Amino acid sequence: MGAAVEVRGLVKHYGETKALDGVDLDVRQGTVLGVLGPNGAGKTTLVRVLSTLIQPDAGSARVAGYDVLKQPRQLRRVIGLTGQYASVDEKLSGWENLYMIGRLLDLSRKDARSRADGLLERFSLTEASKRPASGYSGGMRRRLDLAASMIGNPSVLYLDEPTTGLDPRTRNEVWAEVKRMVAEGATVLLTTQYMEEAEQLADELTVIDRGRVIANGRVDELKAKVGGRTLQIRPIDTVTLPAMSAALADAGLDGVAGSTVDREEGVLNVPILSDEQLTAVVGLLGTRGFGIAGIGTHLPSLDEVFLSITGQKPDQDGQPGSAGQSVSGEQSGSATEKSDAEQGVAA
Amino acid sequence: MSAAVITTTAPAKAQSHEGRIGFRANLRHIGALARRNMLQIKEDPESMFDAVLMPIIFTLLFVFVFGGAISGKGHQQDYVNYVIPGLMAMMGMNISMAVGTGVNQDFSTGVMDRFRTMPIARSSVLIAKIIVEIGRMLVATTILLVMGFILGLSISTSVFHLLAAVALSMVFGASLMWIFILLGLTMKTAQAVQGVAMLVLMPLQFGSSIFAPTTTMPGWLQSFTDVNPLSNLADSARNLMNGGPVAHSVLVTLAWSVGITLVTAPLAVRKFRNKT
Repeated sequence: MGAAVEVRGLVKHYGETKALDGVDLDVRQGTVLGVLGPNGAGKTTLVRVLSTLIQPDAGSARVAGYDVLKQPRQLRRVIGLTGQYASVDEKLSGWENLYMIGRLLDLSRKDARSRADGLLERFSLTEASKRPASGYSGGMRRRLDLAASMIGNPSVLYLDEPTTGLDPRTRNEVWAEVKRMVAEGATVLLTTQYMEEAEQLADELTVIDRGRVIANGRVDELKAKVGGRTLQIRPIDTVTLPAMSAALADAGLDGVAGSTVDREEGVLNVPILSDEQLTAVVGLLGTRGFGIAGIGTHLPSLDEVFLSITGQKPDQDGQPGSAGQSVSGEQSGSATEKSDAEQGVAA
Repeated sequence: MSAAVITTTAPAKAQSHEGRIGFRANLRHIGALARRNMLQIKEDPESMFDAVLMPIIFTLLFVFVFGGAISGKGHQQDYVNYVIPGLMAMMGMNISMAVGTGVNQDFSTGVMDRFRTMPIARSSVLIAKIIVEIGRMLVATTILLVMGFILGLSISTSVFHLLAAVALSMVFGASLMWIFILLGLTMKTAQAVQGVAMLVLMPLQFGSSIFAPTTTMPGWLQSFTDVNPLSNLADSARNLMNGGPVAHSVLVTLAWSVGITLVTAPLAVRKFRNKT
C-alpha cells in the first residue's frame, strides 16, 4: 500500500515566522498519522496547505495521488476537514448543514437527504437534528463537524486538534467516533498537542516543532523512547517515600529503571513500560508493608516528550535557532536513533 | 451521478473533466448555498429588520419632516412622488451593505474553510449571497412602494416603467454588493466593515438628488451630484415613475453598475480565493 499523503520539503513562511520549514511526512493508506507539536509548531499550517486553503512557498504534497498545487479541484473531492473551530453553519440545523454539504458534493436531493439522516443517526444527533447548531454543546458541534466531513466518503480525513477545548467526557466521545472511522478504513492525519490523544488514535507519530520534523516513528517506538507511562504512588505517610524508593531499587524488578521522589506532591514516580511492571511494583511495596493511599498512572506530557527527544522543553514562541535543531531536518532512521543523536547534541 | 456517488470514494466519481465544475453543477451549488442564506434569515428574523423597517421609517421621516419644508406646507404629496424613487435608490445601497458583514462573519467562523475545501467554484458562495441579497432588496422595495402608495404616491407612466425603475435599482445595488464583499474580505471585523461602509454611504446619499433637488446646492457640490451614481439612479427612477427624460441618467447608472462590477468583482473573487 502506498502513501495516501506524501509531503516533501514543505515550506511556508509568514514574514520572519517559519510556520513550515521543510516538512516531510507520509501517511500510509488506512492508517492514522498523529502530528504532535506545541502551539505554533506549524500543525494547522500543514493541514491548511494539504486542504488547499493556502499555498506553500516551496515543496510538494500529494494527497490520494493528487498534487496539492496542480490539482486542487480533484483533491477537494477526496478530502474531509474537521478543524479546531467547528466549521458548520451555526444558524442552520444539524440536518440542514449536512443536506447542504451533500448537495454541494453533487448528491441528488434524495441521496443528500438519506445521507444526512444516516450520518445524524450514526453520530447520535438525530434528536437534535432540527435544532440550530448554535444551541449544540461543544461535543455535539464537533460530532456534527465530523459528520459533515464524512458526507463525501473522503479517502483522507484531516482532523486538526479535534478535541482541543473539549471536556474529558466529550473528548472521549470524539475519540470513539474517530476510532470507528478508522476501523472502517479511513486514512487520517490528526494533529494534536496531547500525547494521550496521539496514543489513543495514531498508528504513527510525527513530532514537529517550529515548522520542522524532530522525530517520527511508530507510537510504541516513541513511547519506549520517552519512557511509557509514569506510575504515581501516594503513600499514607510521606515520610516513607525514600524507603519506598530504596526498596524498589533493591528489589531490581525487571525493566523498572528507578524511581524519583516528588516531595511537593508527596508521591513516588516510577516509570513503567507495561501493566506487568505496574503489578510488580505495587505488589512489592505491598508485601514490604508500605501503606499506599493511592496510585495512578499518567502518560508523559508533551513537555516530557519534547524533553526526552530534544533535551529541552518545546519553544512556545516558535523562535528558531536553538540547540536540538541541528540534526532535526533528516527523516531517515528510526526515531530511537534520531532521538539519541539529538539528546546527545542537546546535552 | 447517482446513488453510486455515495459509496465510491475513488476520484473516478468526478463527473467533470480535470475536476472542472460543470455549469449545471455550479447552478446546483449556488442553489444549495442560497438556500443556506435563506435559512439563516429564517433562523434569525432580526436580520430582516433593515429590509422591513428601513423603508417604513425613512418614508415617514422624510415625507413628514422634510416634505413640507421642501415642497411647501400642505404639499407633502408632491414630495412623496419626489422622494420615493430616491429612497428606492438609497434602499438598494443600504441593504447591500449587509452582504459585506455577512461575508466577514462567515470567515470568522470556520464555515468558509469548509466551503473552500469543497469541490465547488469559489465564486458560487458569493453569487448565492448576492442572489439572496437581491431578494431582500425586493422585499424592501415592495414595502417602500406600499408605503408610498399609502401616502399618496401616483405613477403617471405605466407599471412597466415602475418595474424598470425597480430593476435598475437592483442592478445598481447588485454592483455595489461587490464593493461591500471586497470590504468584508479586507476588513478584520464585521463592525469595521459597517463603519467604513457608513463613511462611504453618507456623503454619497446626501450629496445626491435623493432627498432634495440639487438646484439650490453650490456649484462644486452640483458637479459632484451630477456624477454621483445615486443621483443618476434617483433621477432615472423618478423620471421612469413620474415621466420625464430618462435616457441620460439610465445610461450613466448602467455605466456605473457595469464599471463597478468589472473592477470590484474580479478583485473580490481573487481576494476570496487567496484569503488565508
